[in-house]
Amino acid sequence: MSKIKAENVNVYYGSKQALFDVSIDIAEKEVTALIGPSGCGKSTFLRCLNRMNDVIDICRVEGSIKMDNLELNSRKLDVVRLRENVGMVFQKPNPFPKTIYENVAYGPTIHGIAQSKEEMDQIVEISLKKAALWNEVKDRLDEIGTGLSGGQQQRLCIARAISVSPEVILMDEPCSALDPIATAQIEELIDDLKKEVTIVIVTHSMSQAARVSQKTGFFHLGKLIEFGPTDKIFKNPDNQQTQDYITGRFG
Amino acid sequence: MNLILVTFIILLAFTSYYFGRKKALVIQSSQRLTALPKFYGYYLAAWCAAPALIIFALWSVFEPSIVKTFILQDYTDQNLTKNELQLIYTKVKALAAGTYTGNITNFLDESANKYIQLKGIANSAKVAIILAILIFSLSFAYRSVQKNDRMREPVEIFLKWVLFVASLGAVLVTIGIVFSLLFEAIRFFQAVKIFDFIFGTHWYPAKTFVRDGQPDPELMKDAFGAVPLFAGTFFIAFIAMCVAIPIGLLSGIYLSEYAGRGVRKYAKPIIEILAGIPTVVYGFFAALTVGPFVKEIGNAMGLEVSAESALAAGAVMGVMIIPFISSLSDDVMTAVPQNLRDGSYAMGATKSETVKKVIFPAALPGIVGSILLAVSRAVGETMIVVMASGLAANLTMNPLESTSTITAQIVVILIGDQQFGDPKTQSAFALGISLFIVTLFLNVIALSVVKKYREKYE
Repeated sequence: MSKIKAENVNVYYGSKQALFDVSIDIAEKEVTALIGPSGCGKSTFLRCLNRMNDVIDICRVEGSIKMDNLELNSRKLDVVRLRENVGMVFQKPNPFPKTIYENVAYGPTIHGIAQSKEEMDQIVEISLKKAALWNEVKDRLDEIGTGLSGGQQQRLCIARAISVSPEVILMDEPCSALDPIATAQIEELIDDLKKEVTIVIVTHSMSQAARVSQKTGFFHLGKLIEFGPTDKIFKNPDNQQTQDYITGRFG
Repeated sequence: MNLILVTFIILLAFTSYYFGRKKALVIQSSQRLTALPKFYGYYLAAWCAAPALIIFALWSVFEPSIVKTFILQDYTDQNLTKNELQLIYTKVKALAAGTYTGNITNFLDESANKYIQLKGIANSAKVAIILAILIFSLSFAYRSVQKNDRMREPVEIFLKWVLFVASLGAVLVTIGIVFSLLFEAIRFFQAVKIFDFIFGTHWYPAKTFVRDGQPDPELMKDAFGAVPLFAGTFFIAFIAMCVAIPIGLLSGIYLSEYAGRGVRKYAKPIIEILAGIPTVVYGFFAALTVGPFVKEIGNAMGLEVSAESALAAGAVMGVMIIPFISSLSDDVMTAVPQNLRDGSYAMGATKSETVKKVIFPAALPGIVGSILLAVSRAVGETMIVVMASGLAANLTMNPLESTSTITAQIVVILIGDQQFGDPKTQSAFALGISLFIVTLFLNVIALSVVKKYREKYE
């Protein structure tokens, strides 16, 4: 079932066009991987899905992006509601310089989700458990989140993102700053999360895309070159450029 | 004479630089150089200038006191006090320079002649010695260049010493100032009990003034109570911060988070211009515009308002301080990493929530540091309070009355005629050192807070 449907999306940074007519169908409760060489527009596309491009003054988005029939690329859209529904995990772990508890409680607080202290405690615990971090931090929830290791910080950011029970989580190269063990933990986590959440992940690691995703899209020079089931993309791509990229001949 | 000598040394140093470089190019034709040709030039120039200038400086420092000793030798049998000897020496110098207008005694005339003679000898000796040193050091250095010794290391070592001497000078001057403050303050505290100074509530140094002879110790007791001054200083600083902190912080937040690039580009320099206005301009602005304005408004409301009110001075000082707070807090908030903002926006936080919950707490240590620096600036501010808040040291907490500050009182004490060694004059040093301790304390806290903040993000 389709969760997000993008049609003819064009993105411009000032006069420079970064995305050309991207159309893509992202299925519900699946992991969709976006791969491609640096600067190909995959992160730009990802940031269209929670309107993070709004932060950049010179950025302009054209085309239609629908999530459950709600037009995302519209002035009338309530961006706060959208971002409550579409969480994001960034390349570099970016926990707030607050306690672990406050980091996770941040979203529920600003959206007024928890009615009481007990409810908030429960949300924090569940989120940390889902992010596979609970056992490591349950005795030091009042320590500063930035004091954790890189992999723990990234899982804290995932816990923060899922604390408001989003329907979609966007991940922008979530493992690029992590070591292989932490990467494996995050990948395992992605696998668990997809039971409840739709995940879109941008990654530079082709093996990671192959491991975690069900669908893969290959971007090159701002165009979506090929999109399809991960197995097919990696074993038998239709497009020669895709073939060259995944076999490491360019990019 | 001295000017010619120094110019000569410097010119010679420049010449030897070119000479050394040229020499290196000559050496280059027959053997491998140990460094770039310019190092040969630096080497020669350094050996030319440094020894000669050092000797010159030492000579200039010690010559006057040696000459003085020689002159005053003739007066040792007259059993004179130190001050009288000093007076005689001043007369001798004036006579020698032809500017003396008093009675010329034979003895004085003789001394003046001797002084001129001594000066002449000293000058010739100085020139001779410096020329000798120039010749000696240049020939030594030139031999070294000829032998093609290693040139890079000596030049680097020389530069290191130049830098060391420069920083030593700065440090020594600072220490010297602190100690001179300290010694004068100690002398003041010999006349006035430190307890009376710190806890006394009455400041009226003028009443200790006694023509000839020592002032009455009973009078001294409650003339130098610094409490009204400390109270006034902190009170005015408090009013200033009440104006500066809200406006400064809010404009800092606007500049760093809300203002577009175009607005920021123009608004920030304009705010910083406020910091460039001379404080004396703020002072007469406070005294001539804000003070009467406050008085008028107060009178219209049926309040008793002094023309020189703490409120006017504090408010204008607050305006002066706004750019410190807004500019520094803008800087620390801009320095908060963009990915924290992104993280917050991605959670669905609005701009104001992001500022309140993420940016501001993250930047708080830096903001506190900037506020403490601003407070120390406010406490040390002089011109505005001298001009706008009055000079009578009232102990009051009413912003509409006039009050006075430590800095303003120092000005009052030291302008006009004063006797050195008088407790009234020395009290300025005691006030100075207390002010110094307060601002030092504030600065140390501010810097350590800022440093802690830096460690967190870098």
